[in-house]
Amino acid sequence: MAQAASHPQGQQHPIRLYLVVWTWLFILSACSYLVDYYQIEGILRYALILLFMMLKAGLIIAVFMHMAWERLSLVYAILVPMSAILVFVAIMALESDYTLLSRLTFFAPEL
Amino acid sequence: MAEQAFSPIETTPADPSGLRSVAADFSSDRTAFRNVSWGKAMMWIFLLSDTFVFSSFLIAYMTARMSTTVPWPNASEVFALTIGGVTLPLILIAIMTFVLISSSGTMAMAVNFAYRRDRRKTAALMLLTALLGATFVGMQAFEWTKLIHEGVRPWGNPWGAAQFGSTFFMITGFHGTHVTFGVIFLLIVARKVWRGDFDQERRGFFTSRKGSYEAVEIMGLYWHFVDLVWVFIFAFFYLW
Repeated sequence: MAQAASHPQGQQHPIRLYLVVWTWLFILSACSYLVDYYQIEGILRYALILLFMMLKAGLIIAVFMHMAWERLSLVYAILVPMSAILVFVAIMALESDYTLLSRLTFFAPEL
Repeated sequence: MAEQAFSPIETTPADPSGLRSVAADFSSDRTAFRNVSWGKAMMWIFLLSDTFVFSSFLIAYMTARMSTTVPWPNASEVFALTIGGVTLPLILIAIMTFVLISSSGTMAMAVNFAYRRDRRKTAALMLLTALLGATFVGMQAFEWTKLIHEGVRPWGNPWGAAQFGSTFFMITGFHGTHVTFGVIFLLIVARKVWRGDFDQERRGFFTSRKGSYEAVEIMGLYWHFVDLVWVFIFAFFYLW
């Protein structure tokens, strides 16, 4: 087991990299807070929220969780199944549209 | 056991890359995730399943919010706080976000120092991470108390759609539970680091396996995941 210590083991990256990513996460979080603070509305609001969210998630997964340096077979085994979530989102978005339509048609309060 | 997990991989120039390497790994009739230890692979697979759990919650929230005929409460106003006479929208949530991101940063540094076998710095940074995590849970408890006093219940609230309360308590409650367990595990692993378990390869209390500094990275994976989930909750529940 003594050889395990001398063995280049695990993830070795300069501290600077983590500090840079940390700073970026702060900046991106501040940006998403400002979206709400300045009450940006409409498509721009949703686009900005999603953009900052994806960038933050990407940085955390790639650098903090070391996914960028993992073997490709592990990366694919974890990330590819997640596409099922998008399918589920699409199904439920269609379904809730239909539910809303039926509610408006059959349960709308008499005006 | 550990020797096997970290045995040097014979990389020949003919080793395939890209998609071919994935196919080669999965058809190799041996450990599919080469040079990934079982502990790390299992943590990733657990996190994948946990992703599905949180996705289901967020999708349920999306379905409730999209299909209700009643207006959804404005999160920006619901979570506003008045500090020193100034009303700031969503300020508590913003502070919680920064606290959790900072804890992720300190955790990443702890993992880094763990692989440099720096026992003291690793333990100190993990304790700092646990402290920030506990702060986050504390602020969440404050937020829950405030909302409950204002009359938010799982079955209704004063501002609009009834599902607001149920999704709020469900999603943030489940996330808070994850943070709480994370803090407990952080303290356990930090104690092991401090005691030098991973330098002496002391056998684990539960698994009887030799300890290794990789435990810190696996702990880190869980902690970053908790932060990651918060990124999505912050975007979809609080900002949307």
